[in-house]
Amino acid sequence: MANKLINQMGLPKSIANVFAARNITTAKEALSLTEFELMEVLDVSLADVTSAIARISEITCPPYQTALTLMEQRVQKEHMGGHLPTRLKGLDNALCGGIPFGVLTELVGPAGIGKTQLCLKLALLASLPTAYGGLGGRVIYIDVESKFSSKRMIEMGSKSFPDMFHTKGMAQEMAGRILVLQPASLSEFTESLQQLKISLLQNQVKLLIIDSMAALISGEYGQGPARQHLLGWHISFIKSLAEFSRIPVVVTNQVRSQTRDEACQYSFQGQSREKAVEDHTGYDSHLVAALGIHWAHAVTIRLVLDSKSGKRFIKLAKSPISPPLAFPYNITSSGITLLNDDGIELTGPEINSIHCQGHSDIINFDGERFQ
Amino acid sequence: MEVGRLPISASQRGKLISAGYTTLASLSSLSPSDLARDLKIPESEAFEILKVASHDCRLDQPDKSNGIFAGAQTAWEMLHEEQSFPRITTSCADLDNILGGGINCKEVTEIGGVPGIGKTQLGIQLSVNVQIPVDFGGLGGKAVYIDTEGSFMVERALQIAEASVVDMSHYNELLRKELRTCQVEIQPTDILKNIFYFRICSYTEQIALINHLDKFILEHKDVKIVIIDSVTFHFRQDFEDLALRTRLLGGMALKLMNLANKYNLAVVIFNQVTTKHKEGSFQLSLALGDSWSHCCTNRVILYWNGDERNAHIDKSPSLKSASAPFSVTRKGIRNSASNHKRIKLM
Repeated sequence: MANKLINQMGLPKSIANVFAARNITTAKEALSLTEFELMEVLDVSLADVTSAIARISEITCPPYQTALTLMEQRVQKEHMGGHLPTRLKGLDNALCGGIPFGVLTELVGPAGIGKTQLCLKLALLASLPTAYGGLGGRVIYIDVESKFSSKRMIEMGSKSFPDMFHTKGMAQEMAGRILVLQPASLSEFTESLQQLKISLLQNQVKLLIIDSMAALISGEYGQGPARQHLLGWHISFIKSLAEFSRIPVVVTNQVRSQTRDEACQYSFQGQSREKAVEDHTGYDSHLVAALGIHWAHAVTIRLVLDSKSGKRFIKLAKSPISPPLAFPYNITSSGITLLNDDGIELTGPEINSIHCQGHSDIINFDGERFQ
Repeated sequence: MEVGRLPISASQRGKLISAGYTTLASLSSLSPSDLARDLKIPESEAFEILKVASHDCRLDQPDKSNGIFAGAQTAWEMLHEEQSFPRITTSCADLDNILGGGINCKEVTEIGGVPGIGKTQLGIQLSVNVQIPVDFGGLGGKAVYIDTEGSFMVERALQIAEASVVDMSHYNELLRKELRTCQVEIQPTDILKNIFYFRICSYTEQIALINHLDKFILEHKDVKIVIIDSVTFHFRQDFEDLALRTRLLGGMALKLMNLANKYNLAVVIFNQVTTKHKEGSFQLSLALGDSWSHCCTNRVILYWNGDERNAHIDKSPSLKSASAPFSVTRKGIRNSASNHKRIKLM
């Protein structure tokens, strides 16, 4: 609504003409100036400017909803009250029904922990007919690292829903609903994102998966402001995609090892700084999510997948819905399954830490750290 | 005083100056018709100029006999007023303590912290707590929730509202055994009904809404808290011109402050964090730069201290710098008492 035209806002004719003559045509341009600047540019009195600004603001600002109408709408219009169930009972309970629509959900974890497995599972679930508890829609899967495996997905499907997948042609129909895009470069990805906006509305798409965001960005850009700027554009674009089409968006993120001088303290915490540095030298390798703090602010739900003492955990690291919980899981032929549904409530920043050690079939990150 | 400072249009100012009227004193003894003739403008316009000029003149030289400016208050009156207004509790006693009893009305409070620390949760909690009826020591007001990030979760708001209703009836049983008349009549759905939710998708909308809030609150007098979650998001991207950003943010903060004063409500602004190079090392600090940090009355930073979430008062004209622990539970923001300690992972 920022680009609404001023001459459509029902301002008094004389004022509207002055705006047009000074080439201030949109609300964005008018509101970027202060009242006194406007007086100077438009050459009209203060009272006129104030009333014009008030009018423009009123038209530009979106209408309000009460939280109650918002909730009623979700319950009425949307399947399962706006959630995609993950079929992981504990996780679904904690998230009030599953991955919520309209927001970004991020999966972070070291290589080989099961991020792609979870993505495949979600893709499958979203494509299931509603009678089986799915969303019965198309899925767009942006596969950056070429890790998508149809075979694995169908295996998961036939293990989890044997009766359905043994019906002839069902597997084909399910798999036919999942569109896999494999962009080779960031510019290609950006282009397909822009095309997505239109196709999201046309094609009954119910889920968007980007696996992985970090591979795209870190592949082409180093650290620094250029990358931040670029990421900023993608953040707002993907968020608005999720918002406008009201679908869940799942994005995966990689990890990298934490550098020594990484900021993790405020200036007023000065005294405890030395202690924090000592901690870093411990045996445990310190991993952090690859895309920085700016990105972390943008995602609404962050699930951390990690392993500790040979057990894998899925942790709700950031969520406005639920307390910090960790669920042990393992990966079977039917996909990710939780070992228990109660979850362990964690206190402290433990929930955000990403561990990766002591498990034979996971690449050990310690070696890399000492190079 | 110069004519240049008058709030009149540029062409009128130009005409005044070219006709030799450079000071306000030179305008004081003129009649509208004289001025109209001198400047070759309609008499009505000349009358407007004189009206503005005489108004400004009066502000410049206050009536000495009275000694009080219009709209000013004495410090004594302010103290009295401050004490008579209840504060909005955060539902965490420790946090309330360091805040001097909760979030204060008539003030702009900025709250910042790393992702996942509980900013949105605190926002939802406050939008519920502002509605605690006067009988229970609350304000019985309504809330405006401005969501720029799309992270407001209705399900969570419902959970917190339910917990708050349960707490209120507990309070009732404990303290008012003899006074059975005072029942909890408020329902969780009523609480949700009184949260006005705005979803903002660009910085222009954000500015527009803040301009419009004045009118909105005039129509909804019960609004006692305005929450912006977060002020940063749209200003952090798509901004090439940083001077423009600073100016827009400054204007916005000024309007919020006026709003807080005029309608006697609390404004709570959430901010994100960024890294900053300082004294040879990288440190965390709140986003939007140094000039923004002057804009708010109070500044609270939420951070991890070991295993606990803590809140630190970074800036406040009336409170001493202090930290207090808090925790986020299923019921909302609560005290982080040691008996509350849950099972830790390994």
